[in-house]
Amino acid sequence: MADFFRKLFGKKEEPDKLKPMDMATTAPLSDQQISSIMGFQNLKSETKQLIASVGQSVGKQRDHNEDSVLALTSTISGSADSIPFGLYIVADGMGGHQFGEVASNAAVRIMGGNITKKFHSYLYNLPTQSLQESLQEVMESSIAEAHQYVQREAPGSGTTVTAALVLGQQVTIAHVGDSRAYSIFPDGRIDTITRDHSLVKRLEELGHLSKDEAENFPHRNVLIRALGQGELLEADIFTIPFPQTGYLMICSDGLWGVISEKEILRAITEAPTLNRACQNLVDAANAAGGPDNISVVLAQLIG
Amino acid sequence: MGSVYRARDLHFPNVVKLVAVKEMINLAPDPIIRQTIVQNFEREANLLATLNHLAIPRIYDYFSHNEHSYLVLEFVHGKDLETVINDANGFLPEDQVISWAIQLCDVLAYLHGHKPDPIIFRDMKPSNVMINHNGDVVLVDFGIAKTFQTGSKGTMIGTEGYSPPEQYRGEATPIADVYSLGATLHHAISRRDPRLEPPFSFAERPLRRINPNVSSEFEAVINTALQYNPADRFPSAGAMKDALMNVARKTGALSKITSALPVSSGGIKPLWSFKCEDEIRGTPALHQGTIYIGCYDNNLYALNAADGQFQWKYAAEGGIVTRPLIFDNNVFFGSEDKRLHVVNSRTGKMVWMYYTDGKIYSSPRIADGHIFFGSEDQDLHAVNVNTGRAIWKFATDGPIHSTPLVANEMIYFGTESGSFYALDFRGELKWRFQAKRPVTSSPASKGQSIYVASLDGTLYSLDAKNGWAIWKFRLGKGSVSSPVIADDYMFIGAADGFIYCVDIRTAKEVWRFKTENQISSSPAIYKDSMYCGSVDGSLYCLEYRTGRLRWKFEAKAAITGSPIVFDDIVYVGSIDHNVYALFA
Repeated sequence: MADFFRKLFGKKEEPDKLKPMDMATTAPLSDQQISSIMGFQNLKSETKQLIASVGQSVGKQRDHNEDSVLALTSTISGSADSIPFGLYIVADGMGGHQFGEVASNAAVRIMGGNITKKFHSYLYNLPTQSLQESLQEVMESSIAEAHQYVQREAPGSGTTVTAALVLGQQVTIAHVGDSRAYSIFPDGRIDTITRDHSLVKRLEELGHLSKDEAENFPHRNVLIRALGQGELLEADIFTIPFPQTGYLMICSDGLWGVISEKEILRAITEAPTLNRACQNLVDAANAAGGPDNISVVLAQLIG
Repeated sequence: MGSVYRARDLHFPNVVKLVAVKEMINLAPDPIIRQTIVQNFEREANLLATLNHLAIPRIYDYFSHNEHSYLVLEFVHGKDLETVINDANGFLPEDQVISWAIQLCDVLAYLHGHKPDPIIFRDMKPSNVMINHNGDVVLVDFGIAKTFQTGSKGTMIGTEGYSPPEQYRGEATPIADVYSLGATLHHAISRRDPRLEPPFSFAERPLRRINPNVSSEFEAVINTALQYNPADRFPSAGAMKDALMNVARKTGALSKITSALPVSSGGIKPLWSFKCEDEIRGTPALHQGTIYIGCYDNNLYALNAADGQFQWKYAAEGGIVTRPLIFDNNVFFGSEDKRLHVVNSRTGKMVWMYYTDGKIYSSPRIADGHIFFGSEDQDLHAVNVNTGRAIWKFATDGPIHSTPLVANEMIYFGTESGSFYALDFRGELKWRFQAKRPVTSSPASKGQSIYVASLDGTLYSLDAKNGWAIWKFRLGKGSVSSPVIADDYMFIGAADGFIYCVDIRTAKEVWRFKTENQISSSPAIYKDSMYCGSVDGSLYCLEYRTGRLRWKFEAKAAITGSPIVFDDIVYVGSIDHNVYALFA
């Protein structure tokens, strides 16, 4: 019935704006949430600047790095003004397979190359014929190409890949495996944007493992989907609003599997700059033993 | 980690005796572990050699040579079940699968009953089930090869599919084999390979949804075998066999149970109907107990929503297909007479008129004291809601049939030349997107995205701020229907006759529902139902999360306008000249 009235009066946009903020719990909105709702409403004219930083470490217990990272930040020309453009990819090659690092490196290069090729004319303001594919189609074809390449050139190997394409104030994510993307807000909320394609996550979702059991599950490292593995690769591809006034973080399990969300938050909020924040995150994971390769990308929209 | 060879036994030089030779390679670097592996292999080979069952191949010999170990066993003429499934055109007949299932239960019961210790097969899956030249099953590849696999560390891939959840706690029991048999049968009868699906997701793919020919009895047996909790499955392969025998008796003796959907059709009686003098192609509006609807007899009608009583009508000089908008006790609507009419909502007396240079098919929207609508004169008009004076016009490249959407302090609409525009409230262009064919559909928005369909057969998700296509969803044919959003679902009809439900985050189809003719109507959502008309003359009520038909109402001609729902009553107009009110 409310719906009906909204249609009747042509004011349907107002309640809709609240929806993305509709988290599971019903608590009073924090200042942060309110300001991000305001952010939605002031969609019109503010120009934002995108900045990003990267942290990487081989960790304390491995002798080589099977993670690969790509971070690219620029602007592209829109119809009115220029729009922030960012491409951030983290891939974690599968150990126990030969060529883990070959797979992760190929995934990052091929996806990155493919996507930047599509935006080449916008990035360099060359005579443009408009992009025929949607952003999600660009991500899909890029991940498929990387999948085929890994199958062909490094058979038997595999890699996770979590890629974020930022355009304006929205982020399009392509994701396979158990690297993760997070929305992090300065008021302390951390939302995991991606869903791990891992056996432990699957069992947890089915209610077969409690949170405690999941923590101590012996097969935590078993993926149920990976780039380079299996005939058909179905990546999760979706688009969400960029976390306004907060951070977009992409990382491998060498970070999220080792330090808690609280520590992640502290490492970021205590840092004066994004570069420092990335360094803090890597240091924290190493201080906690550094059992695996560590990779992290942080991005922020400012202004 | 090994190969199987077809070999000829040269101990019998005068006949061709074929055997299968399974080769396993011992890759363990540590000599003690290597030796243990060989010992385990030989112990298992000895055990298998004592088995005697029609569905288990006979073991003739075994030997080890350097890092290779070999098992010589009976050669089975035939194909494995995975190949049988893949080679079949369509689904395998249920009777056939049930007879194999009974044989498999029989051989599992034999293995589980082995003394002193039960033998767990551990690896029941279609590729380990051979169908021999008689059409009987033979189990191949006993877990022997497993001893040769060394564990690997680090991130790794698991291709599960057929294994039960408890296997990850290291439990191998007869009940685990029951689960894997259930998974194997599920694959055989549904043709859905569980290795391509998330583990333990069988419950999310109801068998009879995929293959409606499966009897509910057989489905129930498979579901029982696939229970997460081992205690909820059949207690033994023998018990499962008994259940299958019962199914075989029933489905064999009785004729197949038809899938009876409890769908009422034709039987739906309208609460009331009101007959106009010509076709109704537009959508009604409801305000304070009154239904307002335009008609091709050039009249706008006001009817009592409760009983359909005529209240007043107002005559324009052309057909009315736009959806009336009520604001401040006035009704606003455009007509083919090129004018925007404003009449008093209680009396039907004209308040003012606004002239354009083209027919008006685009419905008005009001925001911020302005009325926005498009016209065939190719302009998007912004008119003062009180005075009826033009505030600005924005010239486009084609006639405008699309109803503008006002959101984020922007105005979004399409044109018949395939352009899609975003203007600000001052009438300045913010961005423009080009589809391949006309955009007649009216956009919807959620969050930072705008959704609109085109006659080019694509449903677009565009970034509200800059017009980049975020995703595209292919419809079977073009669409003039306007998308509607509920939760994270989007609903839209198309000229191919389907109503689509699409997940707006991922652009994946959730369901589609086929009607008998094209759809021009836009869906409406009320509670957990979706309502949509079709040119086939029916109004459909579907459960919006699943696309299951609840009921349909048959008008005497096409329904091209959209229904509205208010207080459990659906209102819709039809080409058969009638306005109908139906119980939702």
